[in-house]
Amino acid sequence: MNNKRQIYLDNNATTPCDPRVVDEMIPYFYEKHGNAASRNHPFGWVAEEAVDYAREQIANLINVDSKEIIFTSGATEADNLALKGVFEMYHRKGNHIITLKTEHKAVLDACKKIEKMGGQVTYLDVDSEGLVDLEALEAAITDKTILVSIMWANNETGLIQPMKKIGEICEKHGVLFMSDATQVVGKLPIDPKATGVHLMAFTAHKMYGPKGVGALYVSRKNPRVKVTAQMDGGGHERGMRSGTLNVPGIVGFGKAAEIASKEMAADAERLSKLRDKLENALMASMEEVYINGSKEHRMPHVSNLSFKHVEGEGLMMTFNQDIALSSGSACTSASLEPSYVLVALGLGDDLAHSSLRFSLGRFTTEEDIDFTIKAITQGVNHMRDLSPIWEMYKEGVDIDSIEWSEH
Amino acid sequence: MAYSEKLLDHFKNPRNVGTMDKSQKNVGTGLVGAPECGDVMRLQIEVDEASGKIKDAKFKTFGCGSAIASSSLATEWLKGLSVDDALAIDNMKIVEELALPPVKIHCSVLAEDAIKSAIADYQQKNGIEVKETEKSGH
Repeated sequence: MNNKRQIYLDNNATTPCDPRVVDEMIPYFYEKHGNAASRNHPFGWVAEEAVDYAREQIANLINVDSKEIIFTSGATEADNLALKGVFEMYHRKGNHIITLKTEHKAVLDACKKIEKMGGQVTYLDVDSEGLVDLEALEAAITDKTILVSIMWANNETGLIQPMKKIGEICEKHGVLFMSDATQVVGKLPIDPKATGVHLMAFTAHKMYGPKGVGALYVSRKNPRVKVTAQMDGGGHERGMRSGTLNVPGIVGFGKAAEIASKEMAADAERLSKLRDKLENALMASMEEVYINGSKEHRMPHVSNLSFKHVEGEGLMMTFNQDIALSSGSACTSASLEPSYVLVALGLGDDLAHSSLRFSLGRFTTEEDIDFTIKAITQGVNHMRDLSPIWEMYKEGVDIDSIEWSEH
Repeated sequence: MAYSEKLLDHFKNPRNVGTMDKSQKNVGTGLVGAPECGDVMRLQIEVDEASGKIKDAKFKTFGCGSAIASSSLATEWLKGLSVDDALAIDNMKIVEELALPPVKIHCSVLAEDAIKSAIADYQQKNGIEVKETEKSGH
């Protein structure tokens, strides 16, 4: 199979930079190379002005005040700053945090660390679509609870949580609400203030901006939230995040946010059609293809599918010269554990091993999707021809009745 | 991860894919692994009763590229071997031949297990004492 260029359907991992973003950044590597904290010469002033402008562009995208944007190195740092920063700042009020089993590792591992620091963390189950159980959430809140951390949209399945309802529960109990919104910012219009979200982590490189720059939104009014800095130094970013600002990155982040404000609605509409075309074609041409997660509450550019009795990593090998995407089968890791997110939805390990995540982006074309439909269909058929469990399934053997030799 | 040419060739053009009639007395079937682990191998041998040699081998594998290539290679090697020689196939030979990376060594272990399991099945069916072979730990 030959294709002129590699088709990139792994936009939830990272997006390519929009050329308009890169054009905007370039002067800040050369003639405008100043440190935004240099207060006494024009190089510094130019850099500071550029950062302020980008802060406005980003604040406008999510409808917050520009003073509420704290720049970080990415979403992982923003998640860490929010969780550990709130834990430290509010430890007199309580030590309990509530989150979900399907959160990103940046949140889960920060929570594990907080547990070691004396915190208590509740990891809530999700339903078969990946949705939080609102009653269980409310029931988990105690007088020690200081924070609820729930991701806006899941990176693996694209599932969107009922954020407004979660916000209402947090409001009712006077608990801070934090969200890792990495996958949703710049893709769908969101408004943390109107949703009751007080802290929100996101990053440039998932919205056609550069890698190495992210942000944490921290509410300044109703309520005024503070986080304890996790890095000590020059007291940048209102004392919450020290370190010389990544000016070119921030300029690119700002431009990416501005473009997203204008184009995300059209992108979303176009991509949801392409995604539906891909999904419908694959499900029509093959048996035993399942959508993982929610079809209804889902990001428009994401599709997570399981192809029963086909192992995802092997399947990827049939087309990975041509198409880049990811699988919930983590066969490359020594643990051999499949995706914990899919397992949390109650998918059997076998279906989790059989999953592929397609994440489309601004530069995905209809041609890419047509090619992908053909390549995936061929790949699945090749793998099923080789699969003993597919053969058993076709012969009507109950796979679950077999005593497998676990290894 | 970059795979060797040999591995990719076995993956794209797998040898001896198929299914033998497992009810035949001279056919031994090994089914190892588990769907939950992401690997299932079924390897079958057909033994020529006169010579005691393996005259044909077939496989089907659910798994990653390395698992498919390991079982494909195993079927190639098995043809023409005596049962005893087949029992002597070591998983590290497969690792070397396909240049399997360390995280994929378990695929070769599974292939070795599949060979041993197919032979044990053949021997049981034919009232031959199943030799205690050193079980590769995994």
